[in-house]
Amino acid sequence: MAKKNLSKQKKMDTRVNFTPMVDMMMLLITFFMLCTTLAKPQAMQLTMPSNDDTSKLNDEQKQVTKASHTVTLYLGSNDKVWYIAGLPNYADPSCVKETTYGKNGIEKVLNEHTTEEGVNPVAKIKLAKKELDAKKNEYNSKMTDEQYQEALKKLKKGELPNGEKVPALTVIIRPLNTATYENMVAALDEMLISNIDKYVIDNVDKLSEDDKALIEKAGVK
Amino acid sequence: MAKIKIQKKDIWIDMTPMSDVMTLLLCFFMLTSTFLTPEPVSVTAPNSVSELKIPEQDVLNVLVTPEGKVFCGTENKNNMQAMLDEMTDKFGVQLNPTQVKHFREDAMVGAPMAQLAQYLSLEPEKMGEAIQKLGLPLDSIKGGKSEFQEWVSAARNVNPDIKIAIKCDSKTPYASIKKLMSELQDMSENRFQLITNLDVKRLND
Repeated sequence: MAKKNLSKQKKMDTRVNFTPMVDMMMLLITFFMLCTTLAKPQAMQLTMPSNDDTSKLNDEQKQVTKASHTVTLYLGSNDKVWYIAGLPNYADPSCVKETTYGKNGIEKVLNEHTTEEGVNPVAKIKLAKKELDAKKNEYNSKMTDEQYQEALKKLKKGELPNGEKVPALTVIIRPLNTATYENMVAALDEMLISNIDKYVIDNVDKLSEDDKALIEKAGVK
Repeated sequence: MAKIKIQKKDIWIDMTPMSDVMTLLLCFFMLTSTFLTPEPVSVTAPNSVSELKIPEQDVLNVLVTPEGKVFCGTENKNNMQAMLDEMTDKFGVQLNPTQVKHFREDAMVGAPMAQLAQYLSLEPEKMGEAIQKLGLPLDSIKGGKSEFQEWVSAARNVNPDIKIAIKCDSKTPYASIKKLMSELQDMSENRFQLITNLDVKRLND
């Protein structure tokens, strides 16, 4: 009899409550999500000329660059920005014009800058780059990264794919001491957007007296 | 009137599939995560359209706060140790093992050499607070290199492949960053990367 009693086992509920485990998992996941950096920060490559030969380099560039191929940007306080298209006319402060950062400001100025040859190099190069990008991204495109970089390099020098040669602009960026770091990055950003390879960040403390007088008169601060 | 008898139902929900999914997610996050390196001062980088990624290794991070204070450090702790050894030799600073341990736990150097030993003897809890008031001096020592430049050249000696990445707050005055960049240029460190956030809006414009 006793044997029979033993064999008649009670059916146990073998389901385990997972709710606490799920709670804990949730907590852990939240922790990892908050502590991780999935999106790695971007970087901007900047190559500055060596301090020793800055002046020499500038003189060389001044010789090879035509007046109408130059744009000078002055970055001032309170996110203000001024530009001079071409060489400054020291007698006339109105050659310094105010603009803004962004699409309708500097980008437009650079885009619409017409050189003495009567072309808008930035707009033309931008258009050509768009075509190049489309070619690169199109379905089953056979273009390698190297070929793309090669083509891009040529474009930035002003050699368009249809054989036309446009002058490449030179931009002189002069952040005043009152500007912020953000302003400088914004200006460098415009160079990237407008595919301008030739740009210099100039030290305003080493400006010539004429330049200093000009920006003083034009109200750049 | 007979009462309607509501049948008692078992409202047990099976949590097993949910816990499966959770485990998968957890594994994913654990494997893909790279932890945020603690920065002495939180800094907001400006936006740009540049899509270049900074490399994961061999990077000397230079942090510039809105007040223009400079910190620097690299993710490789052994390199940091070697940099410290070189610097303490040069400046004749003696550190005890506890101080060295504290140094290894710290993400970035920010204390001037004269205050380094004192800073490193603080309790780890107080170090985070103290470092915010410090910062590497950019003034040249007797016409020679500044302490910041010494740290950079120590990093260059320890790891010749090191790349300089500058993370600067968007509100930092340009004058501070100009001084920093000109010090780097003085020692022929002409290529550096500026850490920015991706400006998706502008990129798609």
